[in-house]
Amino acid sequence: MGASYGKLMMWFFLLSDAFTFSGLLITYGLVRSAHPAFEGLPDAFTFSPEYWPIPEKVFDAIPFYHGVPLPLVFVGIMTFILIMSSVTMVLAVEAGHRMDRKAVEKWMLWTIVGGLTFLGCQAWEWTHFIVGTGVPTKVTDFVFINGELTQITKEVVGANLKINQYGPQDFADFFFFITGFHGFHVFSGVLLNFLIYYNTVTGVYERRGHYEMVEKVGLYWHFVDLVWVFVFTFFYLV
Amino acid sequence: MASHSQEPQVTVLPPDKAKIKKLWTVAGILGAVTALEFVIAFALDAGVFKTALFVGLTIVKAGYIVLEFMHLKYEVKVLFWSILIPMIFVVWMLVAFVYEGMKMPVLP
Repeated sequence: MGASYGKLMMWFFLLSDAFTFSGLLITYGLVRSAHPAFEGLPDAFTFSPEYWPIPEKVFDAIPFYHGVPLPLVFVGIMTFILIMSSVTMVLAVEAGHRMDRKAVEKWMLWTIVGGLTFLGCQAWEWTHFIVGTGVPTKVTDFVFINGELTQITKEVVGANLKINQYGPQDFADFFFFITGFHGFHVFSGVLLNFLIYYNTVTGVYERRGHYEMVEKVGLYWHFVDLVWVFVFTFFYLV
Repeated sequence: MASHSQEPQVTVLPPDKAKIKKLWTVAGILGAVTALEFVIAFALDAGVFKTALFVGLTIVKAGYIVLEFMHLKYEVKVLFWSILIPMIFVVWMLVAFVYEGMKMPVLP
């Protein structure tokens, strides 16, 4: 076919991975459209399990500025970090084409730093989402009292897979599944990047005579960035 | 040391200035489009037009990442089409699910 076996197989793997993420995001779209949207002005918005929340009202916090509403700023920063680490990755690939070991080492290291920073940001975002904003929401729940399933109303702060303060339970579940699945891709990407960095430093690719492994893992890393572009739009913006 | 003689002779080529400049230009475009999306998120009211704009800008960003960063534009045409054509299934899935979604009763 004129393309190397390894690159071809990486492309086909990424295609199958794209189907998985499409499945998650399209199901999100389906479930979301089946829930009522919030009717009224955005300023009057409050959390309720009755309607799908406005994402920018949920994700409006950044570290060290507790209580200051800064909608989407933190996810914006995260997007920027991932784009930057994608750039350093292509620069590593470009250096590999020139057999420039020192430059590959430098750019791979920056890519790893970018990936770890993104993971750190996501850890903070998850913690904030799970712990909650401090203002409780009244949520209807079903519990067993004396062996009978009884409907109760309770005040909820934060979120988990069973109950949450932000909106319908599907909202929190999709948040955990979609950003979690993407975050796990970032995590394994960082591991692969480190492996490539290690092999570069020990001169494996120099002895092999080419840096095609950098290119292949680079494809995976760009794919992770690509998925985030879609998650950013469909989970946070729309 | 004897092991030194086994090290291969490596010719390091100078950086391709034009190519690197192009990569940074693509990064600039991606950053600018993200910034634009950020502005639109607050400048426009929610609606079909806003959503369509976001989807359009997302496809622009995805295009730059796949064609330039992932180098697909410069690969052989067989590889290019064997990646792009199966994406029809994603479009099919999208249409099918949205159609089913419209028929679904509204959940509480």
